[in-house]
Amino acid sequence: METVFIIVLSLMALGLLLGFLRFVKGPTAADRAVALDTMSVIATAALVLLGLMFKRYIYIDVALIYAVLGFIGVIVIARFIEKAL
Amino acid sequence: MQDGKSSISKFLYTFIMVFIIWNAFTWPGSFADIQLAEVLTGAFVSLILGLLTNKYFSCCGLQVLMPHKIIFLVQYFFVFIIALIKANLDVAVRVINPALPINPGIVEIKTKLTNDFAKMILANSITLTPGTLTIDVIDDTMYIHWIDVATENPEEAFKEIAEPFEKVLLKIYG
Amino acid sequence: MEILRYIGYGLLVIGGIFLFLGALGIYRMPDLYNRLQAGTKATTIGAMSAILGVGFIEPAWMVKTIIIVIFIGIANPLSSHALARAAYKAGLKPIMKKKVDAYEKVQDIEVKEEVKL
Repeated sequence: METVFIIVLSLMALGLLLGFLRFVKGPTAADRAVALDTMSVIATAALVLLGLMFKRYIYIDVALIYAVLGFIGVIVIARFIEKAL
Repeated sequence: MQDGKSSISKFLYTFIMVFIIWNAFTWPGSFADIQLAEVLTGAFVSLILGLLTNKYFSCCGLQVLMPHKIIFLVQYFFVFIIALIKANLDVAVRVINPALPINPGIVEIKTKLTNDFAKMILANSITLTPGTLTIDVIDDTMYIHWIDVATENPEEAFKEIAEPFEKVLLKIYG
Repeated sequence: MEILRYIGYGLLVIGGIFLFLGALGIYRMPDLYNRLQAGTKATTIGAMSAILGVGFIEPAWMVKTIIIVIFIGIANPLSSHALARAAYKAGLKPIMKKKVDAYEKVQDIEVKEEVKL
């Protein structure tokens, strides 16, 4: 069943790569913020899956905190863009 | 204001919610492993938070937790899950299609909901359902970016986008 | 218990596929609002499904995975509202084949209110 994990992790890695390409290309700051949001959600899911693969319960807490911080970061960037793009 | 909105009822609602969240966070894996000290600390923290923040966290007090409202909540959950799956197949087809079949625009709809929390749930549900993204909510008007505009008329757009959700939400928060 | 594991693996694969499709949408769509459409919906269900799948494979972790799923379900649409609204206020107009823009007319009212503050 390790193969399932490898397949899902490769899909996530491809997703992170596409998000990163948009992050580099993105014509405006808002596009970069969207790419960052997507990447942080994918990273949250990947952390939970890695926690399952390595049998470490603590990774779940790390993923939760990462999701909260990503959300707050995007909200702050959005407030900033609203006044000065 | 009206019935069920006294501050005691709001306090109890906040207390129950915070206590449930505390226990979910400190869940040890099985009922046998629950520590009494942890539950008591949770009750103490929930008491303080409930006293301090019931103004902000609770809109309508305990009446949201009545059994018939919980049945509607479960019904809402199923309506929502079906819409979510449809939305994702729709987006997936659009993304894979080499021609990118999109015809975007921004339409407005009117909602009958008055409660802020219910409006938030409706806006979130609209965002997660096929081809629509809420941009702003001003009083009772929602501005929605629609990936494939079918109609510009607010009433028809409302029927297409929000009707199944609002029907259930009106029963809970109406 | 064995059947729960297989449900979990199925959810994991579905989640991985949707996460990939969401990122592909982010990359392919022509403007910010369409990117948000693809990005929000597909990555939300992808992450929810993958994390729930982990919960099914390891039942002792179920409660905490459900917390993460609920948090993502609430937070992801909220952050996309905030970004869409901010981009529109900052002057980024959506690409449209035929102009359908009901939000344009309320911009002036909003600005006047902000000046009053």
